[in-house]
Amino acid sequence: MKQITILSGKGGTGKTTITAAFTVLAKKAVVADCDVDAPDLHMLLHPEIIETKEFRGSKIAVIDETKCVKCGVCREKCRFDAITQNFTVDPFSCEGCGVCTLVCPVNAVTLTERISGYAYISKIKYGFMAHALLNPGESNSGKLVTMVRQNAKLLAEKERNNLIIIDGPPGIGCPVIASVTGVDAGLVVTEPTMSGIHDLERALRLLRHFNVRPFVCVNMYDVNEENTNKISRFCEENGVEVVGNIPFNPVVTEAMVNGKTVMEYSPKCDVAKEITAIWKRLCIELSLR
Amino acid sequence: MIVAVASGKGGTGKTSLAVNLAISIENAQLLDCDVEEPNAHLLLNPKITRQEPVYRLVPSVNEELCDYCGKCAAFCQYNAILTVPGKILVFPELCHGCGGCILICPKKAISEGKNRIGVIKEGFTDDIRIVFGELEVGEPLAVPLIREVKKRLDKSRNIILDAPPGTSCPVIETVKGSDFCILVTEPTPFGLHDLKITVKVLEDMKIPYGVVVNRAGIGDKKVYEYCKGKGIPILLEIPYQRKIAELYSKGIPFSLKMPEWTDKFQKLFEDVKELVGN
Repeated sequence: MKQITILSGKGGTGKTTITAAFTVLAKKAVVADCDVDAPDLHMLLHPEIIETKEFRGSKIAVIDETKCVKCGVCREKCRFDAITQNFTVDPFSCEGCGVCTLVCPVNAVTLTERISGYAYISKIKYGFMAHALLNPGESNSGKLVTMVRQNAKLLAEKERNNLIIIDGPPGIGCPVIASVTGVDAGLVVTEPTMSGIHDLERALRLLRHFNVRPFVCVNMYDVNEENTNKISRFCEENGVEVVGNIPFNPVVTEAMVNGKTVMEYSPKCDVAKEITAIWKRLCIELSLR
Repeated sequence: MIVAVASGKGGTGKTSLAVNLAISIENAQLLDCDVEEPNAHLLLNPKITRQEPVYRLVPSVNEELCDYCGKCAAFCQYNAILTVPGKILVFPELCHGCGGCILICPKKAISEGKNRIGVIKEGFTDDIRIVFGELEVGEPLAVPLIREVKKRLDKSRNIILDAPPGTSCPVIETVKGSDFCILVTEPTPFGLHDLKITVKVLEDMKIPYGVVVNRAGIGDKKVYEYCKGKGIPILLEIPYQRKIAELYSKGIPFSLKMPEWTDKFQKLFEDVKELVGN
């Protein structure tokens, strides 16, 4: 089984557009949306949910006010400033560590589980999809990403599918790390802007750190061709292959407004052609089928 | 006043807005809280005056004292410690630094060691003060570094916080304590979907907010319909213009080359002030 993650560092460079197009091109694949706090892929692939699983990612401290003697030890020992002046727990600060339960002299504090989101297994036109939704403002998105990836793997094994395509979140922190560990390749989607270049560099370092084979593609390359050339040179110097340059075309947004992948909405446009070429290149490099 | 700039979806123009706003108003301090991928300094080219490494506290075990009783491992909610007979393993990348293992250890075998998680840089561009953090590549936890960035906020200034994308813990840590949050979106289905999630977060946190529509003209009208239906103020529209995109690609804040925008950003700031006052 092969796994490929689409990532970017910088947000909004086109990860989801490309993941959705790859899913169509792969014909039969398991796709995993690992951007669990702002997932968008479902708006292009329209999954029909087969199974929903609760995600209990973190715990929260609860103070029993009938027992609390307001001594303040919990507040003093809490490193996350989660105990308020009125001896309640601030849910946005509590990281569920349990130190307050340990230090409370009258056992007034307990840890309770909270449902932090849901993971879904779904059917799509092109195979299956593993996805999730983290409750707004929740923590531990990395754990939920791991759950989505496990679901994707189980699906792929059950359906005898040899490919998992993963749509990663932006950034380089815990959910991104959880999206790239153990995959066969990472495709970094960048844009020819100063921010795009800066973030590409960090995303490539992340892939190197976790021993993942890197590929790069430049989206909206014609917005600044000088920067596109800079990216090509940088990648060449670092032995990273640039697998394609996708032009800017408003058709991408039109397709999104119509709830379709660019391959379905405008299969003959320049963007669809370039993504197809990138896909073929990756299939050869990764010996897919 | 502390104003956060957030978005849900990435790449909607948070940093561009935060930087142009900082340039247009007086006495601004910009804190770039997107420590995973900080970009504001690329647009402002600040003169860096101070640079400090940031450490996170992680357990350090004295194996001569440890009898592998396993109490610390059982207590740790993050599975950052594993004990087996005759062996104890610490996984610093999973540790949240709560200090519980030290409190629970009956042999006093655990102390705290330091793990470098990134660096904080401070500097200025003209009269704008800037602070930003850079998370070490491979370090999973952004929140402790964001917390350090925010310790440097200067209340005598007009504070602008540039948030990371998404709606999870790094965003919460950034917007917490803000007087107002500007939500930057684009008028597309993805933009709207992620805007709705972010609105839910801000309502739970009871932080007042308004929307800036970037790349106006692309996509559809549903963002406008949603805002109208919920009574969310649309504070500013920035049209999709090739010139703005090209300037951004070169790392130039567009209000510097299109001075008519300075007034609009000033007005945006005044409007936010008024909304906070009410």
